[in-house]
Amino acid sequence: KSEYDLLVIGGGSGGLACAKEAAQFGRKVAVLDYVEPSPQGTQWGLGGTCVNVGCIPKKLMHQAALLGSALKDAQHYGWNISQPVQHTWSVMAQAVQNYVKSLNWGHRVQLQDKKVKYFNIKGSFSDPHTIRGLTKAGKEIVITAEKIVIATGGRPKYPTHIAGALEYGITSDDLFWLKESPGKTDLYHSFVLYVSLECAGFLTGIGLDTTVMIRSIPLRGFDQQMSSLVAEHMESYGTKFLKKCIPTKVEKLESNKLQVTWKNTDLGTEESDSFDTVMWAVGRVPDTKTLNLETVGVKTNPETGKIIVDASEATSVPHIYAIGDITEGRPELTPTAIAAGKLLARRLFGQASELMDYDNVPTTVFTPLEYGCVGLSEEKAVQCYGSDNIEVFHAYYKPLEFTVAERDATQCYIKMVCLREREQRILGLHFIGPNAGEVIQGFALGIKCGATYRQLMKTIGIHPTCAEEITKLHITKRSGLDATVTGC
Amino acid sequence: LSLLQEAAVLGKKVMVLDYVVPTPLGTSWGLGGTCVNVGCIPKKLMHQAALLGQALQDSRKYGWQYEEQVKHNWEIMVEAIQNYIGSLNWGYRVSLREKSVTYMNSYGEFVEPHKIKATNRKGQVTYHTAETFVLATGERPRYMGIPGDKEYCITSDDLFSLPYCPGKTLVVGASYVALECAGFLAGLGLDVTVMVRSILLRGFDQEMAERVGAHMETHGVKFIRKFVPSKASMPGRLKVTAKSTEGSDILEGEYNTVLIAIGRDACTRNIGLETIGVKINEKNGKVPVNDEEQTNVPYVYAIGDILEGKLELTPVAIQAGKLLARRLYGGGSTKCDYINVPTTVFTPLEYGCCGLAEERAIEQYGKQNLEVYHSLFWPLEWTVPGRDNNTCYAKIICNKNDSNRVIGFHVLGPNAGEVTQGFAAAIKCGITKELLDETIGIHPTCAEVREDKLHL
Repeated sequence: KSEYDLLVIGGGSGGLACAKEAAQFGRKVAVLDYVEPSPQGTQWGLGGTCVNVGCIPKKLMHQAALLGSALKDAQHYGWNISQPVQHTWSVMAQAVQNYVKSLNWGHRVQLQDKKVKYFNIKGSFSDPHTIRGLTKAGKEIVITAEKIVIATGGRPKYPTHIAGALEYGITSDDLFWLKESPGKTDLYHSFVLYVSLECAGFLTGIGLDTTVMIRSIPLRGFDQQMSSLVAEHMESYGTKFLKKCIPTKVEKLESNKLQVTWKNTDLGTEESDSFDTVMWAVGRVPDTKTLNLETVGVKTNPETGKIIVDASEATSVPHIYAIGDITEGRPELTPTAIAAGKLLARRLFGQASELMDYDNVPTTVFTPLEYGCVGLSEEKAVQCYGSDNIEVFHAYYKPLEFTVAERDATQCYIKMVCLREREQRILGLHFIGPNAGEVIQGFALGIKCGATYRQLMKTIGIHPTCAEEITKLHITKRSGLDATVTGC
Repeated sequence: LSLLQEAAVLGKKVMVLDYVVPTPLGTSWGLGGTCVNVGCIPKKLMHQAALLGQALQDSRKYGWQYEEQVKHNWEIMVEAIQNYIGSLNWGYRVSLREKSVTYMNSYGEFVEPHKIKATNRKGQVTYHTAETFVLATGERPRYMGIPGDKEYCITSDDLFSLPYCPGKTLVVGASYVALECAGFLAGLGLDVTVMVRSILLRGFDQEMAERVGAHMETHGVKFIRKFVPSKASMPGRLKVTAKSTEGSDILEGEYNTVLIAIGRDACTRNIGLETIGVKINEKNGKVPVNDEEQTNVPYVYAIGDILEGKLELTPVAIQAGKLLARRLYGGGSTKCDYINVPTTVFTPLEYGCCGLAEERAIEQYGKQNLEVYHSLFWPLEWTVPGRDNNTCYAKIICNKNDSNRVIGFHVLGPNAGEVTQGFAAAIKCGITKELLDETIGIHPTCAEVREDKLHL
């Protein structure tokens, strides 16, 4: 007989949500959480990626950058701020790190309150129902459980084929914990993700000289027109972009700066420059290597290393489940991990049968000009339905607050992709502008209800807001008319 | 204006009369109406100025450094805002010209059926006839009817172009106009007092209204409750005498500015409506219409703030105007949908809502048939600067007898307007609590909070 009803491996968004929910049903639950230090030696407490090196510190640093813009705006609105205005990294980093630590603490307390046993050990399977691990002191712990949920998430990838990448570069794992300013930063971002654009965005916003090196396209997987607008805005905002470039080596100079050499694939030339910090944001790898999954027969995708699960989050081994970033084909987002974890616990112990719905999950990229979206990108909609069967409504608008602040609103843009026939059901909604997350959230609910263009047009706008522009969309791409919003 | 532009596009010969009777202080403005000149637009911009003041304070906690003393310059702000409004006035003139709509800056009155007399600022009179008329004259702030009110006090009509900083201000009233103005004036660093006769934000959910007021109070706005001014005089400085509504207490106070915001009256009294038989509500001057915005005189319609029993909001007026034009000239049949119209009060802590107030829901459905889910939340951006952690609040009211359908949504927090808009669309689609729970949140935002933290 197993010691625990449920063992959750990984104390992040998904793992903790699952464990706490299971405990509500009176089950004996244990959570394992362990953070392997980054190559640079960075470590953190309970809570996973989101809390420690993801969403939370990211949004706070993004806020710091936004406040920098607010300081500039404020002068247009009559506030007398004497120059010079400066930003001190260590004040920000300290404040952010303190808040994150309070969250680590909060999670420990919550687990205690809910009687979930917490082990700070790195565990691996020794048999299908047994996990073994060593504590920091070197003592071996053996845990047996009826059901096991793997939620170990992922860690940033290092481009180890580039000389000096591992020794001299950092990743998002380290950025948020730096005690000193990263100075002049080069972010190498090969094809992914929002991670590097968000980081480049706030680094630029707090006044640092920042360059993003891209191998091909920004924000792969997102709507490409929106991604270009986001990147375009960042360029006008001050972030430098080195497009179609691939780094070849990183060396340390006598001054302690880093010399990065790269190949410009367009021109076929080799260039180099020196930076204080080089940050890699080339993707994340699932944390499965040390789990010993082969021993117990849990199947992973050989290419990505992610765990293959079915619609009920079950792996190839009946009593072993997986949720969150580690699972194949799922969005790598905190709220989906949390929801999946809760629903799983309810199915396992609460006699519920509801499965997780991964459709129409809204998300937001917190770049200096934010991009929020839900549903299909235009490309995907065209792929699924054919361009003749979809109607795209769009508008360029100007947030009221930008007027007095004399800010450029060139990339403030909204796009709604609908089915062309009859009711014109909304397939995807895309919004670039301030507070994009707040704007999109409610519309995601509408889309969950099968909202149509017609219903949206019957919704009266709230004035003056940016979100109301969505209820006023009426120019289609097909018409070729000017989509700039005019007038009040 | 939206109606005119729509009608013109449909090929009709259209004229618009717009005239602003100057305030007692002499304030006037250009084409565009209340929203553009003395409403939504300048209000939101001044609210933004106040929010930026708060942002300045937060920014230090996020590592920004600059000289301690930061002061606000009223004149710079007003100039910037008035310049923007001027560009909007101009934009409307151009737009009307482009669409061949005849515009006259004249005061219009009916003299006989289908005919109006137009008087411009110089007193020149012209007469015009039309097949159809639409009344959209809106409202103006009401004065208290006490000695000294018109001589010494100002209203929102004057505030947004005031050439000098209002200084120590008394705001009389508890409408959203009063609270929004008091809110941003305090945010700009001014000494503000609000005098309230009875309740805050009449017509809004009272629990939310009290929370809005409580936040303002903790942030320096003084409230004098259950008093009404009885006299305004200027023996030296501006003095206000006020009487208690519950006894014989008298209060006196000195202020630089007194802003009256006790309500608005429809501009329907002196435009000759009696001459052609258009009925109005004698008490408040509002015009009753059917669901196609038609008055009791078939060729006369009305839209906007002057309508009896309808919401006084710009987007509602715009929508009504557009749909009316389409019905009159474009073969359209869609009527304006006045149900579940969302709105937002732009007080320092914003309050967005859509659907029913809790009191109204209880009245209509009975307490036992309702489920109210609510939650306090702490915006992530407030953590680092250490701002209030038990102030932001969200509440949804569900009808148990109809699949727990959401019939009321209320949120008190930053960017409440942006948050509420999408929820209004969802409510239009008939969202239920279950679907709400199933929708994944965007993290980290304020809007996601209703997802997994809402509980009874």
